[in-house]
Formats: sequence, C-alpha cells, structure tokens
Amino acid sequence: MDSASLMEELQLRVRELEEALAREQGGGQGQRARIKLMSPEVTDSNPYSRLMALKRMGIVKHYEKICTFTVAVVGVGGVGSVTAEMLTRCGIGKLLLFDYDKVELVNVNRLFFQPHQAGLSKVQAVEHTLRNINPDVQFEVHNYNITTVDNFQHFMDRISYGGLEEGKPVDLVLSCVDNFEARMAINTACNELGQTWMESGVIAANIDEKTLKRKGVCATSLPTTMRLVAGILVQSVLKFLLNFGTVSYHLGYSAMQDFFPTMAMKPNPQCNDKNCRKQQEEYKEKKAAQPKQVVVEQEEEIVHEDNG
Amino acid sequence: MADEATRRVVAELPLLKTNAGPRDRELWVQRLKEEYQALIKYVENNKNADNDWFRLESNKEGTRWFGKCWYIHDLLKYEFALEFDIPVTYPSTAPEIAIPELDGKTAKMYRGGKICLTDHFKPLWARNVPKFGLAHLMALGLGPWLAVEIPDLIAKGLIEHKEK
Repeated sequence: MDSASLMEELQLRVRELEEALAREQGGGQGQRARIKLMSPEVTDSNPYSRLMALKRMGIVKHYEKICTFTVAVVGVGGVGSVTAEMLTRCGIGKLLLFDYDKVELVNVNRLFFQPHQAGLSKVQAVEHTLRNINPDVQFEVHNYNITTVDNFQHFMDRISYGGLEEGKPVDLVLSCVDNFEARMAINTACNELGQTWMESGVIAANIDEKTLKRKGVCATSLPTTMRLVAGILVQSVLKFLLNFGTVSYHLGYSAMQDFFPTMAMKPNPQCNDKNCRKQQEEYKEKKAAQPKQVVVEQEEEIVHEDNG
Repeated sequence: MADEATRRVVAELPLLKTNAGPRDRELWVQRLKEEYQALIKYVENNKNADNDWFRLESNKEGTRWFGKCWYIHDLLKYEFALEFDIPVTYPSTAPEIAIPELDGKTAKMYRGGKICLTDHFKPLWARNVPKFGLAHLMALGLGPWLAVEIPDLIAKGLIEHKEK
C-alpha cells in the first residue's frame, strides 16, 4: 500500500473515532431538551405523560404544579440520593442538596452512585447524574457539614431564600442524614424558621445491641431498604405538596415482618427549645381560629425502617 | 460504663451551669468561661496526679478548638494533634473530636479522623446536658479512646514513635 492511500485510510479512521467519541460524551444523543410546560399528552417523547395521568384520573388536581416547588434534601447518602432522584423524575422545580461526604466504592452497594464517581463529592455526583435525567430541574448543591456555626448560618439562609424564586423560602426540607447531631441541627433550624420538614431514617431495632453497628456502618444499608424508605418519603412529599391522599405523622416499615405501622407523635410542651414551644403556641392559635381540618404548619414525620 | 478510675476523675470536675450554645451571644461567653474554668481545673488535677495528657485552646469565638494529647506506652511518649468544632446544637450534642493524623488507620474512626466513641458515651452525655462540658468530653471521650486504640495501633505497627 502506498503512503497516500494509507494517509487517507488513517484520516477516515480518525474521523470515525472522533464522531464516536462525540456521541459517547453525550453531545447530541442521549440528552433531552428542556421542556417549558408539562403536557398531559400521551406520547413516547413526553417524559411527563405518565405523571400527568394522575391529573387525568382525578387523583391529583394540578400535577403540573410540581415544577413550582423547591425541596431541600439534607444528606444524599443511601436514602437522600434516591429521594433526590425520584423527585427529579417527578419534575420538581428545584432541589437544594447538602452533604459533606465523598463517594466511595463502599457506597455502591446501595444504588445511585456508580463506581466511576468515587472521589467526587456526593452532592456533585448526584447533581451530575440528575441533570442528565431531567434538565428541567434546577439544582443548588453545598458540600459542607451543616452542624458547624458558620455553615449552619449559611444553611438557614439558603432554606430562607433559596426557593425557585431567589429570596423566597424552600417549600420543604427533607432530613436524610444518618446521625443525631445533624438531625438536631435541622430540627433547630426548622423550629427557628417555622419551616415544614420531614424526617426519614433506617434503624436496626429489636436485635442484640452488641451486634449493632455505629453510624456509617449500618446493618440495614441494603439497596432494598433504602429505596423503600425513600419511596415512602417521596410519596409523602408528593401528597403534601400536591394536596392529595393522607400524609401520616409517622409511617414505619418493619422489614422482617412486612408491617407498616402509622402513628401520631405529639410535641413536648416542656421542650427545651424555646422555638419549638413557640411553634406549638402558634399551631394551637391557628387551629383554634379554624374549626375545620387545617394544613399543619409545623409537621414532623418520621419514615423508619425497622429490621425485625 | 466508665471504669472506676475514670469515674473518680470525672467526679473531681466542676459541673457547668449555663445551657448555651455558640449562637447564644452573651450566654455563650458565660458558658465559655465555665468551660475554661473546668478545663483548667482538670489539667491541674492531671498534673497533680502526674498524668498531664493534653492541652486545648480555642479561637476567639470559642467555636473551633485545637491542641494536642499524649499517650505513654512502654515508657515512650506519643503525641497527637487534635481539633474539633463546637456544633450549633451544643451542649445538647457533644463535639466530635478529630485526630487527623490517625485517619484511616483504625476502624474506630470516621472520615477526617473523627474518633468513634462508645455506644455509652452519647446517652451518658445526653443524660447530663448541660452539666457536662469539654473537660468531660476529654475525660470520658478522648481519654478512654486513646487508652484502647493507641496500644492497639502500636502493636499493629501502624504508628511509630517519632524518634524511631
């Protein structure tokens, strides 16, 4: 073969490889365009057609309102990352994500994160994956620990002003953390701001204490339990935001026996937190002013998964 | 439960009175004073018992603390730098002490070198809010952790004395 035709062959091959690379990097194919209005049209290319069916079936009055809401997810580990994914697929307006941790291979046993993301901060990994799934959702991520004094103030500011329209508060805060300190911090912030929030978690209960592992090494960290709890949580979020169905004060799932207990927990009138007592007062006044069933101002929900 | 020796040490520590966290302005200043008083007393007691094992200081606001601790094993003195932040929900929640240079060397540690305390520490702390303070955290938290972990790490060859 002479050098001219060899050159031509190589140039052709380079062009082929460049095109293949462009496709791999998701330039054109594999990414969908942004959609301005949610349409109920049942076509294969409408990513919202199945969700809008809720409206057609009369279950949800205005499903499309989902894109006007902002939800803050604190903790994007096993439960939080999947929660964020579900909300993204549902077409939520904006997600704020908070987590100080990095992705590690040990996390990959329970969904969402992929091995090639090891080393990235969790919030970065989640944002990247979810932006590709639904480019209509707005994201704001913060890779810090909310329990320090400096970060806590910033956290409270973002809850207060980080809504879809900057300056407005978020609509809901979801606690998907794995430790008491962070839960207390979220609780403190929401009591002070009068912010509605929902708690979620997984615990191993009714087993020999000596086998109980500590935070970060939880025995209930299966992809199944995480997704179940996230599913229950997001279901409650949808019912709360879109005003349909009943939102339980507490919904649990006992994995070993397949049992879903619900119950209501009352606030402690002698709570140490003066903001909590203030919220209780305001709730009482509000309830007294309206004799019929009202929307709860301060609602706390726990979605627990009990192993045995 | 803490052993007899630890219990005796803790019994000598002054209990704190002000229930204030780092966001409580003037009350926090008062709490900080009490923290320093308790720490000074604890270090004094330690010196008298020939067991001076740590130093601690803080930034101006009292929200970031750092220092060092020592552990004597086989007549050799091992020194470690330590640090921690005061969480916003202090004193309801105890701070998490970190020894960055030991990060990754033991399973009893979280990311960034935060030491993992026993299952008994947090309930014990919770039962004594707000009377326990940083001195108690050192005596009931870091002290026992070092006593268990350092000999183990030395035996495994994961830490070497600086003079070696």
